[in-house]
Amino acid sequence: MAVNKIYRDTTSALAGLLRDGMTIMAGGFGVCGIPSALIEAVRDSGVKDLTCISNNAGIDTAGLGILLQTRQIRKMISSYVGENATFAKQFLAGELEIEFNPQGTLAERIRAGGAGIPAFFTATGAGTDIAKGKEERVFNGRRYVMETGLTADLALVHAWKADPEGNLIYRKTARNFNPIMATAAKVTVVEVEEMVPQGSFDPDHIVTPGIFVDRIVKLDHVVKLIEQRTVRKRA
Amino acid sequence: MAWTREEMAARAARELKDGYYVNLGIGIPTLVANFVPDGMTIQFHSENGMLGAGPFPFEGEEDADIINAGKQTVTELPTTSYVDSAASFAMVRGGHINISFLGALQVAQNGDLANWMIPGKMVKGMGGAMDLVAGVPRVVVLMEHTAGGKPKLLKECTLPLTGAGVVSMVITDLGVFEVGPKGNQMGLTLTELAPGVSLEEIREKTEAEFVVSPSLVRN
Repeated sequence: MAVNKIYRDTTSALAGLLRDGMTIMAGGFGVCGIPSALIEAVRDSGVKDLTCISNNAGIDTAGLGILLQTRQIRKMISSYVGENATFAKQFLAGELEIEFNPQGTLAERIRAGGAGIPAFFTATGAGTDIAKGKEERVFNGRRYVMETGLTADLALVHAWKADPEGNLIYRKTARNFNPIMATAAKVTVVEVEEMVPQGSFDPDHIVTPGIFVDRIVKLDHVVKLIEQRTVRKRA
Repeated sequence: MAWTREEMAARAARELKDGYYVNLGIGIPTLVANFVPDGMTIQFHSENGMLGAGPFPFEGEEDADIINAGKQTVTELPTTSYVDSAASFAMVRGGHINISFLGALQVAQNGDLANWMIPGKMVKGMGGAMDLVAGVPRVVVLMEHTAGGKPKLLKECTLPLTGAGVVSMVITDLGVFEVGPKGNQMGLTLTELAPGVSLEEIREKTEAEFVVSPSLVRN
């Protein structure tokens, strides 16, 4: 293999990629499938004035929440930020800009961005405040709102397993925004729980092909958080 | 003797049909899962990328990688599949989910729904609610009939909309209303009263105009 995509740690995996004012996509839903270790490395780099595209803003102590603590984020593009007190405080103080997108619109904007589609029409949000200032068209008697494709300078992705080519598979609902974000940035850096030898994956089962992956770092240990631990009693 | 939250959920469950793909919102809608009739097969869609979401895990069997859209730990079923967020909302936007149950702050007589923000208060975001109400062909709202003594069924919503003309049915603690066909402004029809609730009480607590179904059911 001509190009080595495997980096020894998160710092080296991000080396040369970070600059003030850049736009970063980060996968995850709540704290499920978030690229925690890569986000910690972004924090440690000190880069600032970031625009972050992520469904949520993490919690105060994990995910993008830690970049809010250090005031490295200037703007968030998200669908829901309910579980983050730091976010609320900075937003109400006017220190943080937020652009809310409906979750499906956010996902499709990222998918479109990665697929080279500059804009698309959706019925989501038609007749609501989020359609204000956006082009509208009527198709088959129904109103649709034009939304634009989203891209970023850098995508941070958490996957379950990677092979050296950068083919990825994800684990259960930790997939969420990760595969689409991997397609939508100039550079995609992936943290994985496990590296497997080339040829281990059944090609039919690969979710993200290596063409979308630039750098991979294997995590030494993986911490997975649960926001709402709900259980039932044994009968 | 209005309906309890559980009784509202049980009434809502009667809208299910065998083989349906269903999305449940947070709050009273979540309870609908407890009232799926025996022998009926329903797949629950969780918009974070899980189709076929199962019940909560037994204690000690929680998996941080298996959560629903409320970020609660859930379990897999033999029918479960996982998809990315774009595919999950293709199911929603594409009209493949049969029915969605969700809560509301306000519903207007033309089917407008407001449930995502109150101006002046901290805005948390709409999550998937706008996509669900725009994409799912049948949207059933479960809510208390009033909030702080004020009607929630209005002539027009005063809060920012989640969707325009999107609600199909409203189930409150006092009764059931059908909304005219989607996108049509035929308005509300009262079809059922909860036990012990009079027409006078409903009229008093409803700002929206509605007609009473000739086949009104008094539960």
